[in-house]
Amino acid sequence: MTVKFSMTVNGKPVEGETEDRTLLVQYLREDMRLTGTHVGCDTSQCGCCTVHIDGKPVKSCTILCAQVDGCEITTIEGLAQDGELHPMQNAFRENHALQCGFCTPGMVMSAIGIVDRHEGEELDEKTVRRELEGNFCRCTGYHNIVKAILAASQVMNKSA
Amino acid sequence: MYEFTYQKASSIDEAKSFHSASEEPKYMSGGMTLLPTLKQRLARPSNVIDLAAVPGMSGVEVTNDQVTILARTPHALVASNPDLKRALPALAKLAGGIGDPMVRNRGTIGGSTANSDPAADYPASIVGLGATIHTDRREIAGDDFFLDLFETALEDGEIITKVTYPVPDRAGYMKFPNPASRYCIVGVMVSQKGNEVRVGVTGAGACAFRVPEMEAALADNFSSDAVANIKISPDGLNEDIHASAEYRAHLVTIMAKRAVAEAIA
Repeated sequence: MTVKFSMTVNGKPVEGETEDRTLLVQYLREDMRLTGTHVGCDTSQCGCCTVHIDGKPVKSCTILCAQVDGCEITTIEGLAQDGELHPMQNAFRENHALQCGFCTPGMVMSAIGIVDRHEGEELDEKTVRRELEGNFCRCTGYHNIVKAILAASQVMNKSA
Repeated sequence: MYEFTYQKASSIDEAKSFHSASEEPKYMSGGMTLLPTLKQRLARPSNVIDLAAVPGMSGVEVTNDQVTILARTPHALVASNPDLKRALPALAKLAGGIGDPMVRNRGTIGGSTANSDPAADYPASIVGLGATIHTDRREIAGDDFFLDLFETALEDGEIITKVTYPVPDRAGYMKFPNPASRYCIVGVMVSQKGNEVRVGVTGAGACAFRVPEMEAALADNFSSDAVANIKISPDGLNEDIHASAEYRAHLVTIMAKRAVAEAIA
Protein backbone atom coordinates (compact mmCIF):
# COMPACT_ATOMS: atom_id res chain seq x y z
CA MET A 1 0.00 0.00 0.00
CA THR A 2 1.10 3.53 -0.63
CA VAL A 3 -0.08 6.81 0.80
CA LYS A 4 -0.07 10.29 -0.74
CA PHE A 5 0.92 13.30 1.28
CA SER A 6 1.90 16.92 1.01
CA MET A 7 4.14 18.78 3.38
CA THR A 8 6.47 21.75 3.47
CA VAL A 9 10.14 20.96 3.94
CA ASN A 10 12.45 23.88 4.71
CA GLY A 11 9.94 26.26 3.18
CA LYS A 12 9.41 24.31 -0.04
CA PRO A 13 6.15 22.46 -0.76
CA VAL A 14 6.59 18.73 -1.31
CA GLU A 15 4.00 16.36 -2.77
CA GLY A 16 4.84 12.73 -2.44
CA GLU A 17 3.70 9.18 -2.40
CA THR A 18 5.35 6.49 -0.38
CA GLU A 19 4.75 3.20 1.39
CA ASP A 20 2.41 3.41 4.39
CA ARG A 21 5.23 2.28 6.65
CA THR A 22 7.86 4.79 5.46
CA LEU A 23 9.34 6.78 8.31
CA LEU A 24 9.82 10.51 7.92
CA VAL A 25 13.57 10.17 8.35
CA GLN A 26 13.73 7.62 5.54
CA TYR A 27 11.86 9.90 3.20
CA LEU A 28 13.97 12.92 4.09
CA ARG A 29 17.26 11.06 3.63
CA GLU A 30 16.53 8.58 0.88
CA ASP A 31 13.96 10.35 -1.30
CA MET A 32 14.79 13.99 -0.70
CA ARG A 33 18.50 13.39 -0.15
CA LEU A 34 18.48 15.63 2.90
CA THR A 35 21.15 13.58 4.63
CA GLY A 36 21.92 16.11 7.34
CA THR A 37 19.32 14.41 9.52
CA HIS A 38 21.07 11.34 10.90
CA VAL A 39 19.92 7.95 12.12
CA GLY A 40 21.89 6.98 15.21
CA CYS A 41 20.02 4.38 17.19
CA ASP A 42 16.76 3.98 15.26
CA THR A 43 15.00 3.29 18.58
CA SER A 44 14.04 6.86 19.58
CA GLN A 45 16.78 7.17 22.17
CA CYS A 46 19.67 9.11 20.66
CA GLY A 47 18.02 12.17 19.10
CA CYS A 48 20.30 12.35 16.02
CA CYS A 49 17.20 12.35 13.79
CA THR A 50 15.55 15.34 15.47
CA VAL A 51 13.72 17.69 13.10
CA HIS A 52 11.08 20.33 13.73
CA ILE A 53 7.47 19.53 12.88
CA ASP A 54 5.30 22.64 13.01
CA GLY A 55 8.05 24.29 15.03
CA LYS A 56 8.49 21.54 17.62
CA PRO A 57 11.40 19.10 17.88
CA VAL A 58 10.39 15.52 17.12
CA LYS A 59 12.36 12.34 16.46
CA SER A 60 11.90 11.70 12.76
CA CYS A 61 12.77 8.01 13.15
CA THR A 62 9.59 7.57 15.17
CA ILE A 63 6.97 9.16 12.96
CA LEU A 64 5.50 8.00 9.68
CA CYS A 65 5.58 10.12 6.59
CA ALA A 66 1.82 9.61 6.43
CA GLN A 67 1.44 11.28 9.83
CA VAL A 68 3.04 14.56 8.75
CA ASP A 69 0.64 15.19 5.87
CA GLY A 70 -0.02 18.95 5.93
CA CYS A 71 2.84 19.71 8.33
CA GLU A 72 5.78 22.08 8.10
CA ILE A 73 9.11 20.35 8.51
CA THR A 74 12.43 22.02 9.20
CA THR A 75 15.64 20.03 8.99
CA ILE A 76 19.21 21.09 9.75
CA GLU A 77 19.53 22.10 6.06
CA GLY A 78 16.77 24.66 6.50
CA LEU A 79 18.33 26.65 9.34
CA ALA A 80 20.93 28.79 7.58
CA GLN A 81 19.40 31.76 5.76
CA ASP A 82 21.08 33.40 2.77
CA GLY A 83 24.43 31.82 3.59
CA GLU A 84 24.26 32.98 7.22
CA LEU A 85 24.41 30.24 9.84
CA HIS A 86 21.60 30.10 12.39
CA PRO A 87 22.79 31.55 15.75
CA MET A 88 22.70 28.02 17.21
CA GLN A 89 24.88 26.62 14.42
CA ASN A 90 27.23 29.53 14.85
CA ALA A 91 27.46 29.00 18.61
CA PHE A 92 28.27 25.30 18.09
CA ARG A 93 31.08 26.38 15.77
CA GLU A 94 32.40 29.12 18.05
CA ASN A 95 32.37 26.89 21.13
CA HIS A 96 33.77 23.81 19.44
CA ALA A 97 30.63 21.94 20.48
CA LEU A 98 31.29 18.91 18.33
CA GLN A 99 33.91 16.34 17.68
CA CYS A 100 32.86 13.71 15.15
CA GLY A 101 29.70 15.65 14.28
CA PHE A 102 27.33 12.72 14.05
CA CYS A 103 24.97 13.88 16.80
CA THR A 104 25.32 17.57 15.89
CA PRO A 105 22.30 18.05 13.57
CA GLY A 106 20.01 16.54 16.20
CA MET A 107 21.70 18.49 18.98
CA VAL A 108 21.21 21.76 17.10
CA MET A 109 17.52 21.07 16.33
CA SER A 110 16.89 20.03 19.91
CA ALA A 111 18.81 23.00 21.29
CA ILE A 112 16.68 25.44 19.32
CA GLY A 113 13.67 23.75 20.90
CA ILE A 114 15.12 24.38 24.37
CA VAL A 115 15.63 28.09 23.67
CA ASP A 116 12.13 28.33 22.13
CA ARG A 117 10.51 26.72 25.17
CA HIS A 118 12.17 29.27 27.44
CA GLU A 119 11.72 32.31 25.25
CA GLY A 120 12.55 35.48 27.10
CA GLU A 121 13.97 33.58 30.10
CA GLU A 122 17.57 33.45 31.21
CA LEU A 123 18.57 29.84 30.46
CA ASP A 124 20.74 28.08 33.03
CA GLU A 125 23.07 25.14 32.69
CA LYS A 126 20.87 22.81 34.72
CA THR A 127 17.86 23.38 32.45
CA VAL A 128 19.93 22.87 29.32
CA ARG A 129 21.46 19.65 30.62
CA ARG A 130 18.08 18.30 31.67
CA GLU A 131 16.37 19.16 28.42
CA LEU A 132 19.18 17.64 26.38
CA GLU A 133 18.23 14.28 27.86
CA GLY A 134 16.93 13.05 24.50
CA ASN A 135 20.22 13.61 22.64
CA PHE A 136 23.29 11.45 23.02
CA CYS A 137 26.80 12.56 22.17
CA ARG A 138 29.35 9.80 22.41
CA CYS A 139 32.50 11.90 22.10
CA THR A 140 32.54 15.43 23.50
CA GLY A 141 31.01 14.88 26.90
CA TYR A 142 28.41 17.66 26.46
CA HIS A 143 30.44 20.41 28.15
CA ASN A 144 30.91 22.56 25.06
CA ILE A 145 27.45 21.69 23.73
CA VAL A 146 25.90 23.16 26.87
CA LYS A 147 28.18 26.23 26.57
CA ALA A 148 27.13 26.70 22.95
CA ILE A 149 23.43 26.50 23.75
CA LEU A 150 23.76 29.05 26.57
CA ALA A 151 25.68 31.37 24.22
CA ALA A 152 23.15 30.96 21.42
CA SER A 153 20.23 31.62 23.76
CA GLN A 154 21.71 35.05 24.51
CA VAL A 155 21.89 35.88 20.80
CA MET A 156 18.47 34.40 19.97
CA ASN A 157 16.74 36.17 22.85
CA LYS A 158 18.27 39.47 21.79
CA SER A 159 17.13 39.15 18.18
CA ALA A 160 13.63 37.95 19.15
CA MET B 1 8.62 -2.87 9.97
CA TYR B 2 6.22 -5.32 8.45
CA GLU B 3 3.79 -3.86 5.97
CA PHE B 4 0.51 -2.42 7.18
CA THR B 5 -2.28 -0.21 5.92
CA TYR B 6 -2.29 3.29 7.38
CA GLN B 7 -5.70 4.86 7.94
CA LYS B 8 -6.31 8.37 9.21
CA ALA B 9 -9.67 8.61 10.99
CA SER B 10 -11.49 11.93 10.99
CA SER B 11 -13.93 10.98 13.75
CA ILE B 12 -14.31 8.43 16.55
CA ASP B 13 -17.05 6.73 14.52
CA GLU B 14 -14.81 6.46 11.49
CA ALA B 15 -11.98 5.07 13.62
CA LYS B 16 -14.34 2.43 14.98
CA SER B 17 -15.60 1.48 11.53
CA PHE B 18 -12.00 1.16 10.27
CA HIS B 19 -11.33 -0.97 13.32
CA SER B 20 -14.25 -3.34 12.87
CA ALA B 21 -13.47 -3.76 9.15
CA SER B 22 -9.85 -4.84 9.67
CA GLU B 23 -8.36 -8.17 10.48
CA GLU B 24 -5.82 -7.06 13.07
CA PRO B 25 -6.22 -3.35 13.71
CA LYS B 26 -4.27 -1.12 16.06
CA TYR B 27 -5.15 2.43 17.05
CA MET B 28 -2.31 4.93 17.10
CA SER B 29 -2.29 8.14 19.13
CA GLY B 30 1.22 9.65 19.36
CA GLY B 31 2.93 6.46 18.24
CA MET B 32 5.79 6.80 20.74
CA THR B 33 5.39 3.18 21.84
CA LEU B 34 3.64 1.67 18.86
CA LEU B 35 6.15 2.77 16.21
CA PRO B 36 9.23 1.48 18.08
CA THR B 37 7.31 -1.77 18.64
CA LEU B 38 6.55 -2.06 14.93
CA LYS B 39 10.13 -1.23 14.00
CA GLN B 40 11.35 -4.11 16.12
CA ARG B 41 8.76 -6.38 14.54
CA LEU B 42 7.26 -7.12 17.92
CA ALA B 43 3.77 -6.53 16.52
CA ARG B 44 2.21 -7.05 13.14
CA PRO B 45 -1.06 -5.15 12.80
CA SER B 46 -2.83 -5.28 9.45
CA ASN B 47 -4.10 -1.73 9.90
CA VAL B 48 -2.74 1.21 11.86
CA ILE B 49 -5.58 3.63 12.56
CA ASP B 50 -4.26 7.12 13.32
CA LEU B 51 -6.46 9.10 15.73
CA ALA B 52 -4.49 12.34 15.30
CA ALA B 53 -6.97 13.94 12.92
CA VAL B 54 -10.03 13.36 15.12
CA PRO B 55 -11.02 16.88 16.22
CA GLY B 56 -11.50 17.91 19.86
CA MET B 57 -9.30 15.24 21.43
CA SER B 58 -6.50 17.40 22.81
CA GLY B 59 -6.61 19.85 25.68
CA VAL B 60 -6.62 20.34 29.44
CA GLU B 61 -9.47 21.72 31.53
CA VAL B 62 -9.12 22.55 35.21
CA THR B 63 -11.97 23.34 37.62
CA ASN B 64 -11.88 23.64 41.43
CA ASP B 65 -12.28 19.95 42.02
CA GLN B 66 -11.38 18.23 38.75
CA VAL B 67 -8.67 18.08 36.10
CA THR B 68 -9.75 16.82 32.69
CA ILE B 69 -7.18 15.77 30.13
CA LEU B 70 -8.41 14.84 26.68
CA ALA B 71 -6.93 11.60 25.40
CA ARG B 72 -4.66 12.97 22.68
CA THR B 73 -3.08 15.69 24.83
CA PRO B 74 0.70 15.38 24.52
CA HIS B 75 2.80 15.10 27.68
CA ALA B 76 4.48 18.45 26.92
CA LEU B 77 1.11 20.20 27.20
CA VAL B 78 0.20 18.48 30.46
CA ALA B 79 3.62 19.39 31.87
CA SER B 80 3.34 23.06 30.93
CA ASN B 81 -0.36 23.92 31.40
CA PRO B 82 -0.36 26.73 34.02
CA ASP B 83 -3.78 25.83 35.52
CA LEU B 84 -2.83 22.19 35.87
CA LYS B 85 0.53 23.12 37.41
CA ARG B 86 -1.37 25.07 40.07
CA ALA B 87 -4.09 22.48 40.75
CA LEU B 88 -2.11 19.25 40.48
CA PRO B 89 1.64 19.99 40.30
CA ALA B 90 2.52 16.32 40.92
CA LEU B 91 0.80 15.35 37.66
CA ALA B 92 2.54 18.13 35.70
CA LYS B 93 5.83 16.89 37.12
CA LEU B 94 5.02 13.31 36.14
CA ALA B 95 4.23 14.33 32.56
CA GLY B 96 7.38 16.45 32.37
CA GLY B 97 9.50 13.45 33.31
CA ILE B 98 8.30 11.08 30.61
CA GLY B 99 10.91 10.21 27.97
CA ASP B 100 12.54 13.37 26.67
CA PRO B 101 11.31 16.66 25.16
CA MET B 102 10.85 15.18 21.68
CA VAL B 103 8.90 12.21 23.00
CA ARG B 104 6.79 14.55 25.15
CA ASN B 105 5.86 16.53 22.05
CA ARG B 106 4.26 13.44 20.49
CA GLY B 107 3.29 10.94 23.20
CA THR B 108 -0.20 11.23 24.68
CA ILE B 109 -1.97 10.34 27.93
CA GLY B 110 -4.58 8.22 26.14
CA GLY B 111 -1.99 6.19 24.28
CA SER B 112 0.13 5.62 27.37
CA THR B 113 -2.88 4.63 29.47
CA ALA B 114 -4.31 2.26 26.87
CA ASN B 115 -0.95 0.56 26.49
CA SER B 116 -0.45 -0.26 30.21
CA ASP B 117 3.31 -0.54 29.86
CA PRO B 118 4.53 -1.78 33.25
CA ALA B 119 7.20 0.96 33.30
CA ALA B 120 5.05 3.88 32.08
CA ASP B 121 4.47 6.90 34.34
CA TYR B 122 0.80 7.74 33.81
CA PRO B 123 -0.58 4.47 35.29
CA ALA B 124 0.84 5.49 38.71
CA SER B 125 -1.26 8.65 38.50
CA ILE B 126 -4.40 6.81 37.37
CA VAL B 127 -4.43 4.60 40.47
CA GLY B 128 -2.55 6.98 42.78
CA LEU B 129 -4.96 9.87 42.20
CA GLY B 130 -8.12 7.85 41.64
CA ALA B 131 -8.69 8.95 38.06
CA THR B 132 -11.58 7.91 35.83
CA ILE B 133 -11.02 6.70 32.27
CA HIS B 134 -13.69 7.88 29.83
CA THR B 135 -14.15 5.97 26.60
CA ASP B 136 -16.39 6.16 23.57
CA ARG B 137 -18.90 3.94 25.44
CA ARG B 138 -18.47 4.18 29.25
CA GLU B 139 -16.52 5.34 32.28
CA ILE B 140 -14.02 3.03 33.96
CA ALA B 141 -12.70 3.64 37.48
CA GLY B 142 -8.91 3.92 37.51
CA ASP B 143 -8.74 1.15 40.12
CA ASP B 144 -10.42 -1.28 37.69
CA PHE B 145 -8.52 -0.26 34.58
CA PHE B 146 -5.12 -1.97 34.63
CA LEU B 147 -5.42 -5.75 34.58
CA ASP B 148 -1.99 -7.11 33.76
CA LEU B 149 1.12 -6.63 31.62
CA PHE B 150 -0.07 -4.53 28.63
CA GLU B 151 -3.62 -5.57 29.52
CA THR B 152 -6.46 -3.20 30.44
CA ALA B 153 -10.22 -3.27 30.90
CA LEU B 154 -10.67 -1.81 27.39
CA GLU B 155 -12.82 -3.93 25.09
CA ASP B 156 -11.95 -4.65 21.49
CA GLY B 157 -12.17 -1.40 19.53
CA GLU B 158 -12.87 0.79 22.58
CA ILE B 159 -11.26 4.24 22.47
CA ILE B 160 -10.21 6.37 25.44
CA THR B 161 -11.58 9.89 25.01
CA LYS B 162 -10.41 11.56 28.21
CA VAL B 163 -9.05 11.04 31.70
CA THR B 164 -10.47 12.93 34.68
CA TYR B 165 -8.64 13.40 37.97
CA PRO B 166 -10.17 14.60 41.24
CA VAL B 167 -8.01 17.45 42.60
CA PRO B 168 -6.38 16.11 45.80
CA ASP B 169 -5.52 18.16 48.88
CA ARG B 170 -1.92 17.24 48.23
CA ALA B 171 0.05 14.81 46.11
CA GLY B 172 3.62 13.92 45.25
CA TYR B 173 5.28 11.84 42.53
CA MET B 174 8.74 10.35 42.62
CA LYS B 175 10.36 7.99 40.21
CA PHE B 176 13.61 6.16 39.93
CA PRO B 177 14.18 6.28 36.19
CA ASN B 178 16.20 3.97 34.05
CA PRO B 179 19.00 6.39 33.16
CA ALA B 180 18.99 5.46 29.46
CA SER B 181 15.30 5.16 28.60
CA ARG B 182 13.81 7.34 31.40
CA TYR B 183 11.17 4.68 31.90
CA CYS B 184 10.34 4.00 35.53
CA ILE B 185 12.24 1.31 37.34
CA VAL B 186 9.83 2.32 40.09
CA GLY B 187 7.51 5.33 40.26
CA VAL B 188 5.14 6.19 43.12
CA MET B 189 2.27 8.68 43.21
CA VAL B 190 0.96 9.48 46.69
CA SER B 191 -2.14 11.60 47.24
CA GLN B 192 -4.43 12.70 50.02
CA LYS B 193 -7.97 13.99 49.63
CA GLY B 194 -9.87 14.35 52.90
CA ASN B 195 -9.54 11.02 54.70
CA GLU B 196 -8.64 9.11 51.57
CA VAL B 197 -4.98 8.37 50.89
CA ARG B 198 -3.73 6.64 47.76
CA VAL B 199 -0.36 5.13 46.93
CA GLY B 200 -0.05 4.18 43.26
CA VAL B 201 2.98 2.26 42.07
CA THR B 202 4.28 1.76 38.54
CA GLY B 203 7.39 0.01 37.23
CA ALA B 204 7.47 -2.60 39.99
CA GLY B 205 4.74 -5.02 38.95
CA ALA B 206 3.05 -6.32 35.81
CA CYS B 207 0.85 -3.23 35.87
CA ALA B 208 0.16 -0.31 38.19
CA PHE B 209 -1.10 -1.20 41.67
CA ARG B 210 -1.92 0.35 45.05
CA VAL B 211 -0.28 -0.39 48.41
CA PRO B 212 -3.08 -0.61 51.04
CA GLU B 213 -0.69 -0.98 54.03
CA MET B 214 0.99 2.30 53.13
CA GLU B 215 -2.34 4.00 52.53
CA ALA B 216 -3.61 2.96 55.99
CA ALA B 217 -0.42 4.14 57.67
CA LEU B 218 -0.53 7.48 55.84
CA ALA B 219 -4.21 8.00 56.64
CA ASP B 220 -3.19 7.85 60.34
CA ASN B 221 -0.06 9.93 59.97
CA PHE B 222 0.74 11.61 56.64
CA SER B 223 4.52 11.70 56.96
CA SER B 224 7.53 10.00 55.34
CA ASP B 225 8.21 8.19 58.62
CA ALA B 226 4.83 6.47 58.40
CA VAL B 227 5.90 4.51 55.29
CA ALA B 228 9.63 4.25 56.00
CA ASN B 229 9.36 0.79 57.53
CA ILE B 230 6.65 -0.67 55.34
CA LYS B 231 8.21 -3.21 53.00
CA ILE B 232 6.39 -4.80 50.13
CA SER B 233 6.99 -8.38 49.08
CA PRO B 234 9.22 -8.92 46.02
CA ASP B 235 7.12 -11.96 45.02
CA GLY B 236 5.85 -11.52 41.48
CA LEU B 237 7.55 -8.15 40.93
CA ASN B 238 9.37 -7.38 37.69
CA GLU B 239 12.93 -8.50 37.31
CA ASP B 240 15.34 -7.59 34.49
CA ILE B 241 18.96 -6.63 33.86
CA HIS B 242 18.32 -3.21 35.40
CA ALA B 243 16.85 -4.25 38.74
CA SER B 244 15.97 -7.40 40.66
CA ALA B 245 12.53 -7.91 42.21
CA GLU B 246 14.07 -7.35 45.67
CA TYR B 247 15.58 -4.04 44.55
CA ARG B 248 12.27 -2.92 43.05
CA ALA B 249 10.45 -3.82 46.27
CA HIS B 250 13.01 -1.76 48.20
CA LEU B 251 12.59 1.17 45.80
CA VAL B 252 8.82 1.22 46.33
CA THR B 253 9.36 2.16 49.97
CA ILE B 254 12.05 4.73 49.14
CA MET B 255 10.03 6.38 46.36
CA ALA B 256 6.88 6.38 48.54
CA LYS B 257 8.82 8.12 51.32
CA ARG B 258 10.11 10.76 48.92
CA ALA B 259 6.71 11.22 47.28
CA VAL B 260 5.13 11.88 50.68
CA ALA B 261 7.91 14.36 51.49
CA GLU B 262 7.21 16.12 48.20
CA ALA B 263 3.46 16.18 48.86
CA ILE B 264 4.06 17.82 52.24
CA ALA B 265 6.62 20.34 50.95
